Amino acid sequence: MTQDNPLLQVEGLSKFYGHRIGCADVGFDLYPGEVMGIVGESGSGKSTLLNCLAGHLPPDQGRVMFDTRADGMRDTVTMSEPERRMLGRTDWAFVHQHARDGLRMNVSAGGNVGERLMAVGARHYGDIRGTAIDWLDRVEIAEDRIDDRPRQFSGGMQQRLQIARNLVTGPRLVFMDEPTGGLDVSVQARLLDLLRGLVREMGLSAIIVTHDLAVVRLLAHRLMVMKDGYVVETGLTDQVLDDPQHGYTQLLVSSVLQV
Amino acid sequence: MTDYNFAYLDEQTKRMIRRAILKGLAVPGYQVPFASREMPMPYGWGTGGVQVSAAVMTARDVFKVIDQGADDTTNAVSIRRFFERTAGVATTEATSAASVIQTRHRIPEEPLSEDQILVYQVPIPEPLRFLEPSEVETRKMHSLEDYGLMHVKLYEDISAHGAIATAYAYPVKVEGRYVMDPSPIPKFDNPKMEMSAIQLFGAGREQRIYALPPYTQVVSLDFDDYPFEASKADHACGLCGATESYLDELIVDDAGNRMFMCSDTDYCEGRRRAGHVGAQGVPLEQEGAA
Repeated sequence: MTQDNPLLQVEGLSKFYGHRIGCADVGFDLYPGEVMGIVGESGSGKSTLLNCLAGHLPPDQGRVMFDTRADGMRDTVTMSEPERRMLGRTDWAFVHQHARDGLRMNVSAGGNVGERLMAVGARHYGDIRGTAIDWLDRVEIAEDRIDDRPRQFSGGMQQRLQIARNLVTGPRLVFMDEPTGGLDVSVQARLLDLLRGLVREMGLSAIIVTHDLAVVRLLAHRLMVMKDGYVVETGLTDQVLDDPQHGYTQLLVSSVLQV
Repeated sequence: MTDYNFAYLDEQTKRMIRRAILKGLAVPGYQVPFASREMPMPYGWGTGGVQVSAAVMTARDVFKVIDQGADDTTNAVSIRRFFERTAGVATTEATSAASVIQTRHRIPEEPLSEDQILVYQVPIPEPLRFLEPSEVETRKMHSLEDYGLMHVKLYEDISAHGAIATAYAYPVKVEGRYVMDPSPIPKFDNPKMEMSAIQLFGAGREQRIYALPPYTQVVSLDFDDYPFEASKADHACGLCGATESYLDELIVDDAGNRMFMCSDTDYCEGRRRAGHVGAQGVPLEQEGAA
């Protein structure tokens, strides 16, 4: 966490929808092994920001510099589409809120996990299947479910399968959009446990968008609070949650229901 | 026959189709959109192939049509008669005598030569269609050479069936670039696609033309540990005894007895004329008597 070069450097990133602001003038550095949380209410621009960072949406202004393995820091906004897609299936991973957006529902679990491997040139069936079994095991899916379709899986299993499918190529940066949304609390807890283990074990950097403060408290080192497209507060997670400075952050923190 | 322009289509349309064909030949395996016309036959009956044939046909051409290898099925007979009436071209059933061959689902057994053109009828030109329903996305995948998904289909085949079960319309990669649907030919025919003749593919309903120039490299996709195999029924032809040709399986009586015979009728008849007799066959000249 104390390495010199940031993995991702974002400067002045803005995205407009006509006259409306998606997100405006966002900038931050993310270092290897660091997990950053982005919180805010719905409509605050956190998903727009995440999609701009991950290359799913073209931003209107700003730079997203990523430390590529081959050429060092490159601006992913001006990079060519094939290069961006290559990043998207090697060094980057994207975990969607709804597993069905990130999975191929009519392809078996093994095929889902193997797709990224095949996309980067794996052509040995036995090896691909072996890796898929290994990954299913790591996300606690039984080996005999490898030929089942994701729609035969529960919501929590689908989400874990999506994570396996994304991490199989050993990415360095993971984007997560509400990874625990729509799951009941006990399933959430297991998923968070799993994510925390994987992040630590693989030394992943991650950007997690969520409105669930408990999730960021558990996973994120640093926190960015967004409101109406702007970043209103940043800092260490504990610092922001325990001593919120901005009015909106104070509202957000005090709005959490206590059990 | 003077009521029709030569080969039914008007000259402007033929030019438009020829431009698409030339572009297809220049970029082998790339699907060129074209303004497919209504033809006097339903979609699925070879409207794409007929338009391509009409565009390349000259008055001196000799035309042959096969459907699943046979010259005498409804589809083949009606298309052959269509061009006899609208173009007045000579027709033949002999593969070697034809200069333009329109085909549905087969490549003739006899190797083709440089002065021949093979025209395929294509129902669904997009090899990625059943994996990715969006045309916008599949075109992007082709342009970015993003073909990982194609192997996912083969992976699914092996995991479900223990082997690559795709037996026809087996995807190929052309000149190391475009992944192409070879039309629903059996995978037995895939290796033959590296041939001396020009191959043109027409999809009427889907409005696409693509092409392979002679001697284009065509590689069937596979895995290192599950290599591509050009399979056929493990029998000899019952009529001519051929062991190297693609076979149809027929149930010949109520007891369920089966017979295998060449799907390429011209090839089979040629062999029988040369004196080959299969296990269930009789010499050609005695056929009427028996």
